[in-house]
Amino acid sequence: MLELRNITKRFGAVLANDHVNIKVGPGTIHAIVGENGAGKSTAMRIAYGFYKADSGEILVDGQTREINSPHDAIALGVGMVHQHFMLVETMTVAENIVLGAEPGSAIALDLNSAASQIRQLSEEFKLAVNPDEPVEHLSVGQQQRVELLKALYRHARLLILDEPTAVLTPLEVEEFFSILRRMREQGKTVIIITHKLSEVLAISDEVTVMRDGKVVGCLQTKDTNAAELARLMVGREVLLRLEKGEAKIGEAELNVKSLTVTANDGTKRVDNVSFQVRKGEIVGIAGVEGNGQTELVEALAGLVGAALLSGEIEFEDKNIATRGARSRRELGIAHIPEDRHRRGLLLDFTLAENSILGVHYRKPIVSYAGVFLDDMAIQRRVGEIIERFDVRPANPTLPARALSGGNQQKLIIGREFYVGPKLLLVSQPTRGVDIGAIEFIHRKLVELRDGGSAVLLVSAELEEVTSLSDRLLIIHQGRIAGEVDPKVATLEEIGLLMTRGH
Amino acid sequence: MKLLRELLFPLIAVVAAFIVGGILILLIGDNPIEAYRLLLGSALSWPDGIGYTLFHATPLIFTGLAVLVGFRCGLFNIGAEGQLYIAAFATAWFGITFANLSAWLLIPMCFAAAILAGAFWGAIPGVLKARFGSHEVINTIMLNFIAIALVSYFTQYHYKIPGDPILQTAPIGYGAHIARLGKFIPGFPERIPLNLAFILALVACGLVYLFLWRTKWGYEIRATGSNPTAAEYGGISIRKQIILAMAVSGALAGMVGINDVMGYHYRYYDGFSDNYGFTGIAVALLGRNHPVGVIISALLFAVLQHGGIYVDGFSEHVTKDIVQVLQGIIILFVAAEAFFRGSFGRFGLLKRSKV
Amino acid sequence: MRDIFTLSLFWSTLRLATPLVLAALGGMFSERSGVINIALEGKMLAGAFTAAAVTYAADAKLGMGNASPWLGLLAAIAAGLFIAAIYAVTCIRFKADQVVSGAAINILMFGIPGFLSGAFFLSSGSTPQLPRGHLIPWTPIIIAFALVPISWYVLYRTPFGLRLRSVGEKPEAADAAGVSVKRMRYSGVLIAGVLAGIGGAYLSIGQSSLFTRNMTAGRGFIALAALIFGKWRPFQTMLACLLFGFTEAVSIQMQGAVKLPSGEDIPVQFIQMVPYVLTIVVLAGFIGSSRPPQALGIPYEKEK
Repeated sequence: MLELRNITKRFGAVLANDHVNIKVGPGTIHAIVGENGAGKSTAMRIAYGFYKADSGEILVDGQTREINSPHDAIALGVGMVHQHFMLVETMTVAENIVLGAEPGSAIALDLNSAASQIRQLSEEFKLAVNPDEPVEHLSVGQQQRVELLKALYRHARLLILDEPTAVLTPLEVEEFFSILRRMREQGKTVIIITHKLSEVLAISDEVTVMRDGKVVGCLQTKDTNAAELARLMVGREVLLRLEKGEAKIGEAELNVKSLTVTANDGTKRVDNVSFQVRKGEIVGIAGVEGNGQTELVEALAGLVGAALLSGEIEFEDKNIATRGARSRRELGIAHIPEDRHRRGLLLDFTLAENSILGVHYRKPIVSYAGVFLDDMAIQRRVGEIIERFDVRPANPTLPARALSGGNQQKLIIGREFYVGPKLLLVSQPTRGVDIGAIEFIHRKLVELRDGGSAVLLVSAELEEVTSLSDRLLIIHQGRIAGEVDPKVATLEEIGLLMTRGH
Repeated sequence: MKLLRELLFPLIAVVAAFIVGGILILLIGDNPIEAYRLLLGSALSWPDGIGYTLFHATPLIFTGLAVLVGFRCGLFNIGAEGQLYIAAFATAWFGITFANLSAWLLIPMCFAAAILAGAFWGAIPGVLKARFGSHEVINTIMLNFIAIALVSYFTQYHYKIPGDPILQTAPIGYGAHIARLGKFIPGFPERIPLNLAFILALVACGLVYLFLWRTKWGYEIRATGSNPTAAEYGGISIRKQIILAMAVSGALAGMVGINDVMGYHYRYYDGFSDNYGFTGIAVALLGRNHPVGVIISALLFAVLQHGGIYVDGFSEHVTKDIVQVLQGIIILFVAAEAFFRGSFGRFGLLKRSKV
Repeated sequence: MRDIFTLSLFWSTLRLATPLVLAALGGMFSERSGVINIALEGKMLAGAFTAAAVTYAADAKLGMGNASPWLGLLAAIAAGLFIAAIYAVTCIRFKADQVVSGAAINILMFGIPGFLSGAFFLSSGSTPQLPRGHLIPWTPIIIAFALVPISWYVLYRTPFGLRLRSVGEKPEAADAAGVSVKRMRYSGVLIAGVLAGIGGAYLSIGQSSLFTRNMTAGRGFIALAALIFGKWRPFQTMLACLLFGFTEAVSIQMQGAVKLPSGEDIPVQFIQMVPYVLTIVVLAGFIGSSRPPQALGIPYEKEK
């Protein structure tokens, strides 16, 4: 049905796709796996016309085709659902679905016929939606259904889904799989891009493995297993679970009592949450993104306005709820943000300048009348961070933008660790980071905990949060749904708490 | 190598602007070579050409620095024009009201007046943005109009010498005069208004450099301009930075008052500014928002400004508006150049405002 | 005081609001597609100058008599389009910072009318005065207010409007759906040029009878403030423009009619200041509750 032949694509210095060959048979569910940065998304975006390959061919139904824009791809029956949904929040479901293919004439938009067509498709594929609802009111799972309907509305025969389960709870994932099976029954072809091996094994018929921009394997799913796929993805034996010692737990460092964070529109993002983090332990918070974790961490870091907060945050028996971010840092609270580009780095500044963010205003960075920056102190600091945390390239004058995701993250971690924090708030530490760096980062977190610091770890990667945490809390719609012992809890248990909240 | 690249792009912008300008001049029936010869040639004679060019460059350095500081914080200060008028009037006011004081007291007082008045007028849009999120572009432009009207009112109704047909205030006290450079340079006549404010401008460049790149305050301003979300994460108060940057910016623009009121007219002369505030924008952008670039850029525009008068007088059709036209084209090219430099100028992107 | 609120005040309000309505509606199309339009002032100046200059030339050189202003109006539209095209290419093709580019256009338009009028009319920035029969005082007003419901329909009831809005809110989504982000944004900016050009033309050959240097006096920015106040929607924006028009009309009436306690006239400078102060107040008071198109001001790049 779809074939990519010798596709090559370069972005500046990065060779994203290197003579990629992928063949997808009709009526199958085909998985494309690889780590972050392996090139899977790039290849599929080329197939969808978002990017143009530097060289190579695309064949649809056995014929070479020119795909220069999504328009062309859609005309050929190719639809794509992106990892980050491409929906206009302020518009309704119907408006979003018909955008670009509107029924009616050029001077009169016919939303009624759109609505009825949508209801029809909805029935056929069991994708329940309300056409007149504004998208911003929909849950993540519902939004995904809208995205699928968008493709089906345009008579897509091939659907490319990029990390479709990243935002779903385990129960929603099951529902999603049954939708896929139904599509296969109806004769559609599905490609899913994912890095979750368990799902690949559960749902796909064939799997293509990519690594560093190349295709390194193409297998029938029933003939392979997780270990083999992991090995192909990484190129070596992979340690899937981190070895860590017993925790030496002390008294409570952080004590959160009845914390509630309200958003600007009045909804409660964090709802009456209470928990403790003690010295020498890693407390994990698991949950699907969008359940309040972001707001919780930002509130603890001092980045949420006092007007939107209620409840108490005690650090070493002091109430810090009214203190700003700077004051909390001074007390010994460090924060590794989930969005390193937006929150964590000044991308146009050098590594040196980034390494002092947060301590730039006091000793030892500032000397000479308490106002001037001490260049030598800065160089010393950034040099140590680069060395200890293996940041590459090891050049402090480079702009932060020039580093890969993993190295940027290491820089941030190095910066936050440097002050020897008593409490570390860390959110999605290994998102978009290659596996070598992941192991390194995990090790560093455990080291920090062994040194007596308290760590609050928020992660959407269940593997990560269960292997690192000493205690695991599950968050659901702003509330703590439950606490489990990560060493013995089953995926089912956790999944249920994530979905149902009890 | 990087320095060469940094210089190349502004150069391209200027050359391109001259080419486009040349085409326009051709279209209206004049000879571009002639026009440009008039425009540029007059700048290099001694002592008048160079003297007047440096004199014209002085306010442009101040406004260029003002806009530069704003940009480094992600703010677009189009209000330098209003800020310099308010400051100039304040300077004159002190010069007139305390005319009898000695220079030792009066000069620092007037300096302070210029700086503080400019800082005040600049802080207003800063506060509006920090507190209400309203965009500084519209507010500074509105404040320009308001400033000009206010100052004109005070001059006309309260500080003009009755019977004087020119809209200007009474003269300032002698103690507020600052020396013209002709006093110190042999062979350089004192009729040329180039004065100590020029030296002040150069000093200001050095101070701005130190401030922005070597102090913690400058770090915070630049961080806010580069990525306000990360700056906030780093414990920096965005609101404070906005107000501080706008105040400093206004203060720098205000120093234009020192040059004109204390070193040239010796009074407040309504309308004395030959678009210094707006030219400052071009100066800052062309100078890559760096103090050294600002000096070079200010000199270029001073040459154009000075030459504009000659062009106006001596060419058939070309008026001194050609200078503004060239400026506009230069800014357009500089703005478009970001495309080629691989980074996108993030000037007005502070998310808190909506325009 | 009571003799201020008369029918003439109503007409004054309409007349003074007209250029604002035109410019603001134009700005709405541009900003709804995601492109900030600081250059409205420059586009209006282009329209104003061209309208006056061409109307004069149409009569003097072509002997068109009373038909001249129509040619002037067309020329103003062309001028607005031309300037808008330059702005569009700079911002969309070259992804330049939109605020800086807009300021550049405005600075350019401080100079070009003077430059051209010096060349053609040997004046210091104005065009020759036009006789009464060569003016179009009513048509632009009708165009302006008729465009309000038309804009509403286009924006909310046509595919074009849907696509335009999507491009301003989430261009990635539009792109993924096969809509050309570039084309939509060009359309938005060019429409702004046309409408601002008409607005400017009204100033020079509708409301007055010649072009004078910088005659827009900040109206392009006031229109922008009205747009923000009107939450980027046609009817609310029109109301905002009427408010500004009304304020200006009242303050003009007050001059001469209302005296200071001392018996003197209010100095003209204070009357002049009113629209600007009002703009600041409006922006500060209402911007918080106003939600702009989400992708406003951000050049679209196909990032990973």
